[in-house]
Amino acid sequence: MDYAILLQILDSTIRLAVPLLLACLAGLYSERSGIFDIGLEGKMLMAAMCTGAVAAMTGSVWVGLLAGIAGSVLFAVIHGVASITFRGNQLISGVALNFVASGVTVLVAQSLFQQGGRTPPLSGDARFNPITLPFADALSGVPILGPFYADVVSGHGALVYIAFLAVPATWWVLYRTRFGLRLRAVGENPASVDTAGISVVRLRYAAVVITGLLCGLAGAYMAAGLQAGFGKEMTAGRGYIALAALIFAKWRPWYALMATLLFGFFQALALRPDVIRNTIGFDVPVPALDALPYILTVIVLAGFVGRAIPPRAGGEPYVKER
Amino acid sequence: MTRLPRWADLVLVPFISLALAGIISAIVILAIGQSPWEALRTMVTGSVGSAYAWGYTLYYATSFMFTGLAVTVAFHGSLFNIGGEGQAQLGGLGVALVCLALPWPHWTLALPVAMVAGAIFGAAWAAVPAYLQARRGSHIVITTIMFNYIGAALIIYLLVNVLKPAGQMDPATARFPAGTALPTLSDLPLLSLIFDKKVPANVTLFVALIACWLVWLILWRTRLGYEIRAFGKSEPAAIYAGISPFKVTMIAMLISGALAGLMSINNVMGESGRLLQNSSEGAGFIGIAVALMGRNHPIGVFLAAILFGMLYQGGAEIGLWTSIPIELRTVVQGLVILFTGALDQMVRMILGIFFRPRRMEAA
Amino acid sequence: MKATGGNASGRQATAAPFAIELRGISKAFGPVQANKEIAIQVAKGSIHGIIGENGAGKSTLMSILYGFYKADAGEILINGRPTVIPDSQAAIRAGIGMVFQHFKLVQNFTVLENVILGAEDGALLRPSLAKARKVLGELAEEYELDVDPDAVIEELSVGHQQRVEILKALYRHADILILDEPTGVLTPAEADHLFRILRNLKEQGKTVILITHKLREIMEITDTVSVMRRGEMTATVRTAGTSPEELAELMVGRKVLLHVPKGEARPGRTVLEVKDLRVRDDDGVERLKGISLSIRAGEILGIAGVAGNGQSELLQVLGGIARGTGAVILNGESLDLTGKHSDGQSRRRRGISHVPEDRQRLGMIMDFTAWENMAFGYHNDPAYQKNAILMDNDAILTDAKGKMERFDVRPPIPTLPAKSFSGGNQQKIILAREIERNPDLLLVGQPTRGVDIGAIEFIHKRIVELRDAGKAVLLVSVELDEIMSLADRIAVMFDGRIMGERDPATTNERELGLLMAGVTGDTAR
Repeated sequence: MDYAILLQILDSTIRLAVPLLLACLAGLYSERSGIFDIGLEGKMLMAAMCTGAVAAMTGSVWVGLLAGIAGSVLFAVIHGVASITFRGNQLISGVALNFVASGVTVLVAQSLFQQGGRTPPLSGDARFNPITLPFADALSGVPILGPFYADVVSGHGALVYIAFLAVPATWWVLYRTRFGLRLRAVGENPASVDTAGISVVRLRYAAVVITGLLCGLAGAYMAAGLQAGFGKEMTAGRGYIALAALIFAKWRPWYALMATLLFGFFQALALRPDVIRNTIGFDVPVPALDALPYILTVIVLAGFVGRAIPPRAGGEPYVKER
Repeated sequence: MTRLPRWADLVLVPFISLALAGIISAIVILAIGQSPWEALRTMVTGSVGSAYAWGYTLYYATSFMFTGLAVTVAFHGSLFNIGGEGQAQLGGLGVALVCLALPWPHWTLALPVAMVAGAIFGAAWAAVPAYLQARRGSHIVITTIMFNYIGAALIIYLLVNVLKPAGQMDPATARFPAGTALPTLSDLPLLSLIFDKKVPANVTLFVALIACWLVWLILWRTRLGYEIRAFGKSEPAAIYAGISPFKVTMIAMLISGALAGLMSINNVMGESGRLLQNSSEGAGFIGIAVALMGRNHPIGVFLAAILFGMLYQGGAEIGLWTSIPIELRTVVQGLVILFTGALDQMVRMILGIFFRPRRMEAA
Repeated sequence: MKATGGNASGRQATAAPFAIELRGISKAFGPVQANKEIAIQVAKGSIHGIIGENGAGKSTLMSILYGFYKADAGEILINGRPTVIPDSQAAIRAGIGMVFQHFKLVQNFTVLENVILGAEDGALLRPSLAKARKVLGELAEEYELDVDPDAVIEELSVGHQQRVEILKALYRHADILILDEPTGVLTPAEADHLFRILRNLKEQGKTVILITHKLREIMEITDTVSVMRRGEMTATVRTAGTSPEELAELMVGRKVLLHVPKGEARPGRTVLEVKDLRVRDDDGVERLKGISLSIRAGEILGIAGVAGNGQSELLQVLGGIARGTGAVILNGESLDLTGKHSDGQSRRRRGISHVPEDRQRLGMIMDFTAWENMAFGYHNDPAYQKNAILMDNDAILTDAKGKMERFDVRPPIPTLPAKSFSGGNQQKIILAREIERNPDLLLVGQPTRGVDIGAIEFIHKRIVELRDAGKAVLLVSVELDEIMSLADRIAVMFDGRIMGERDPATTNERELGLLMAGVTGDTAR
């Protein structure tokens, strides 16, 4: 494989990893607070549709982004009502909302645009346009690093950079702020938070809303960054891959970055079977690459390679007791 | 927790949940500028308005009975098997391998072997998550989700690289021999008087009815069912009684996977006559809604499966004849799961307003 | 003049107000009156003990004080001021700190993180952590409360975890520290250290409330002690002016001694022989530390002891719920304690029946019907099978109906779910199931807990009948008079060991009470 092809693959790794990364960090907030969320997929889908539709109507990707966040947060709050207020089954709620999102997005998109459940193709300011980082052109002549900077690091939409900044930001919030301390505590032992006189319910709602917000970014990127418009089921299981990455990352932000980059790399490779053949000399079936994130996650879940221990209070509604 | 009379819990909770799902769907339909009334009319006529419509409704209902039962059996062992989708697809692989293995002379010979293969393949796909749950405590919900995707990838690989006949374009197996074709309801004596046009509902429907009865028998008439239900209600008590959590977890999941796998004799063998990509078409997930709506009882599952059959078939008609997209049925499905499975406390609270709180009598 | 006098006494009261004063606190959970008109006064800078049996209402009272429950009636005064405590935040503000029996710590947090949780100084952690580190250093010095501030909780011993809980309270400027059964999880050395800490706290003017059921602790460390029994405060005395014997009596109370018509025991061959039985719990803590005992046919061995001293584990390992080491010989053959045949099914096959202590959690499936529960654990019995595959539900139902009638279960309707029966009738269902199996050995834990008087008599009669039929009975109960009236021999358990055996004819409640408190003849003060 020559360097140019490697750069291409790394470039698409980044593009494909970004929605996974945002969704994975989204899930991290919710699950760290003790609310399981298998509804990442649905929230991304909602956000993608809202972004696609509003960006198409207004011509502004930023207004679209806000709409996407709103759609995603709405679903997050419903999940919160079901699992925090009514102490319902968090897993079932997540599954249910995924179905609702899968259907509602098509219904709304179809009724708005009559284009078979798609939103109109976006272009210009209705998309996240590539940002050329300083000196990208100037440095492109520098061997090895120059093209890497110009082709892989530079030239992405704003959300890509926001996603990567979200990693240290999440780490900082989680481990350096009062909110983060309480968030981690409520997911491990809500009674410790409750006896300290802090509202478990409020903390968990806050976490769930942040999850909605980040899923909103992920979905918006899908519709206005990675692709140019919303299409039916366009997230294609990315919410579940993000969930897998979250487990793989053991609910930690930096590991989440690495896990999603790895899974993004698999997806990038799956798009270029020719490269794999030329590099290792034989065909690796594309489905095997597709399944790899899930297989790795099962192995981690089984505890064969470092045990993935979820937040201890995860999935259990908090009932006050002595 | 609001405590309701038993009949209200069994009948009213699913009914109110369905009504709530209906109301919200109606609001969605209104919001997209369509008529809910028109939608309902199309749906009802399209799903139960004629024998032909019933032929489709029952076809879907057959699949949903299997997946609904699959979820039900696992639920009774307090296991949430969300992997019906993958188990059904793997079951389809088993069925396809059997059907393609021999030039079957008659369906009566092919069907039992195909059933066994479908069940074994489905059970095998549930076995790993079950083992990981029972021995290593890996959350079965997550592992079964993962196995759905792994299963789908495996099937695609096999279809594209192994099972696809040379020269064929689409990723699918060859057509099954004619001797494996299951008679549809329109092929059967007497029933053909009702179903005068060719319908997809086939003899698998009767297998599904037998499965409903068998699941009821297992759960409420055998030691195994007794142990599954006891374990599902209280693990500490089960251990006191000498019931092995490992054994119960494994067996409940194997039965669950086998039932999901059995579904494929309906769609793969009975309808398409070859194995296609994504053969289960979401029926594994609808099983969750069916089980929740049917209160985890085979009779309830039977009724809920027919209801979802109507929804599925009626939804297709809506997609065909109105401007409302077919995806409406996914919305209703999701809402039913939400209200029956996650917001059931809310539904009970609503109902509790109408029932004065009363203490269960104890002398 | 009179008015002035009244004023003077009023002033005197405000001059030295009590740290805590409770007036007429009542709390009911449904029909159960957990606290009845509780009044208590705790002087500032003292250590006040609250003693009582399990279920006497101690923890409920303290939960009211910490804002977990709202009292139905009554008044709380902190430092003489009426205070409303609607939540834990208010309790903390009022200067109350609580060390729960089950610690409220985040297991994978460091000590520092646990200490500042909820008491942070700002949105960023760094300053809070630095301050806490400094304060912890000071507290460690002052009270012998040294804990590595950077240690992760799950790597600390239980004793150290408890210190973190105390530090948490002190960091929040608690002046009143409540400890709920603090020594239940501690080794004797750790308990001694805890008491040193508590004395230091007292010297610094803090008020300590110690909830316990251990007489020795009360005698060792408290200044005053209140005794609770069945939701009521029966006495408050100065510790120096009382004795363990008197407290034991106040605690257990002179209940109407139930008369159990019981003839002389005629013990036969040895049915059960236990040698050096040891059990560890999931956390690796040794709960049974070498138990040896034997029971003969036709006798009831009563195990007395305060709850949590290993009786549950003894029942569990004999009943096939827990695993252990050592030797258990039943009818001359040894029982499997760890392997394939150490489960409840194997035990039942060998002729052991088990009425568990916690009937609702272990003994039955609350959602099952009464008849289904009648087969629970015996569902493999050939008599309950129609053929190789199907169970004979009709046979179980008929059998259940007979058992319910013979054991006077009310209402005698086998199709009702178990949860709709009263506690006493649930217990009768379990007893009917286990006793009518005609076992060689009956394990029975807390047979009359939460059972009404009428049923108690009935249950006692049935247990004696089984003995008279030549069966061996192992009876575990925290009710001393139950043990006294039923058992033919009494073994007292304390801290996973058997402290001694007594003959009910010659012993008395005081002697047993001391053994239960871990005080043997030679160490009694």
